[in-house]
Amino acid sequence: MARRDRAPGIRPRLTIGRRLDIAARYSFPAGSTLVLMLLADAPFSLPGQAALLPAITLACIWFWSLYRPAAMSPPVVFVLGLLLDLLGFNPLGVGVLVMLAAHGIALRARHFLGQQGFAVGWIAFGVVGVAVACLGWAMVSLLTFRLLPFGPAVFQGVLTAALYPALAIPLSRAHRTVADPEQA
Amino acid sequence: MIRLSIQARQALAKLTLPVLIVASFGLMLLGKADTLLAERARMALADTLAPIYAAVAGPIADVHRTIAEVGDLWHLRVENARLRDENERLRRWQAIALALDAENERLKASLKWIPDPAASFVTARVVADAGGVYAKAALLSIGPNHGLRKGGIALDERGLVGRITEVGARTARILLITDINSRIPVILENSRARAILVGTNGARPRLLYWPEGVVPQNNERVVTSAEANAFPANLPIGTVRFSASGVPEVEPEALLQRLEVVRIFDYGLGGIPPPEPPAKQTPGRH
Repeated sequence: MARRDRAPGIRPRLTIGRRLDIAARYSFPAGSTLVLMLLADAPFSLPGQAALLPAITLACIWFWSLYRPAAMSPPVVFVLGLLLDLLGFNPLGVGVLVMLAAHGIALRARHFLGQQGFAVGWIAFGVVGVAVACLGWAMVSLLTFRLLPFGPAVFQGVLTAALYPALAIPLSRAHRTVADPEQA
Repeated sequence: MIRLSIQARQALAKLTLPVLIVASFGLMLLGKADTLLAERARMALADTLAPIYAAVAGPIADVHRTIAEVGDLWHLRVENARLRDENERLRRWQAIALALDAENERLKASLKWIPDPAASFVTARVVADAGGVYAKAALLSIGPNHGLRKGGIALDERGLVGRITEVGARTARILLITDINSRIPVILENSRARAILVGTNGARPRLLYWPEGVVPQNNERVVTSAEANAFPANLPIGTVRFSASGVPEVEPEALLQRLEVVRIFDYGLGGIPPPEPPAKQTPGRH
């Protein structure tokens, strides 16, 4: 809003419709992530579907933390992480910690990654995806006092990295159109 | 709204992330300290989502069935020949089974055998995979006043599926026998040796702790044991298969990847009760 107020020029009046429009555009990142998470948890009975939920959640949180951190704030990430824990039957708090860590990394790296092309962004996300899967594996192992098999963590990391283009392309289109508050 | 200086607001914004990370560690401790709370939150969420998932499950099943049918059309001739073959074999087995059943009844009648109580069961639809990356479980949709309890035993049309671990208002969660936390007392059918079936989160749970002098045989049938009073005896589980590294595993009979409908049996067994918070002892009154 601050940038909007500073920019000179004639602006249309803030009617209720326009306020609603702006609010909808601001809540698009969190809302779309929520919907995608519920979709990933729906009973499609795909093989390996369990890894889809953390993969999609991480991709959405990473994307919006990079390009629209105002709409993907730490409290929003916290709530989405909690939902991930509840939906994915993880020990409580693991998803929250992992997603907040990814969010923190995205905030640190956004100035650098903003200037790079898609390939570098994808590689960076791949590294983060594998790191997040490993951290999740370590935390769940620690909290259940048991060395869990490492295979699912590797699968989750690879799936996360591989899914990124399929999510990033529609999300970046939405970022420029329906989710852009400047266009309200 | 409290008015803050820009510096204070920026400092607060910078503090949010570290504070929330600390809060996530607090959440982990809370989840460890009060497992009932996490369980209740999960089941409340599952109760809310179950009707939605049950509604979409129908169309999804239709799509799966159509795809399967297209595949079936390709193999129709081969499948037909195989089924005819199998039918003939099963007919011979049926004759043997009927003869054995009659003989069994006669022998039981002459021995004054106390018959096992007939178990009551309810049938429920599986609405979602309630597992995660590190858990194997299924979510059931059940009506209100279902009377299901923790420890209820779930079977599909072929064999043992798992046990109920959490019961909500409209849903129940079954821990599958493949889950890493699953431990089931079993009997190897040929040698009558007892063993424990341990889940690994993989497709085939592992056999452990069989007695010395007995070796599980390939293709040997594995059934539940009534030991510890957690299961009734002789529920079919699967057959023994050796992994590439020579570890005996059990190939489950139940179609755990494609569960649609399961039967929940309540045998009224009291063995290994689910953990309950310890009751407070009042001193001087016993």
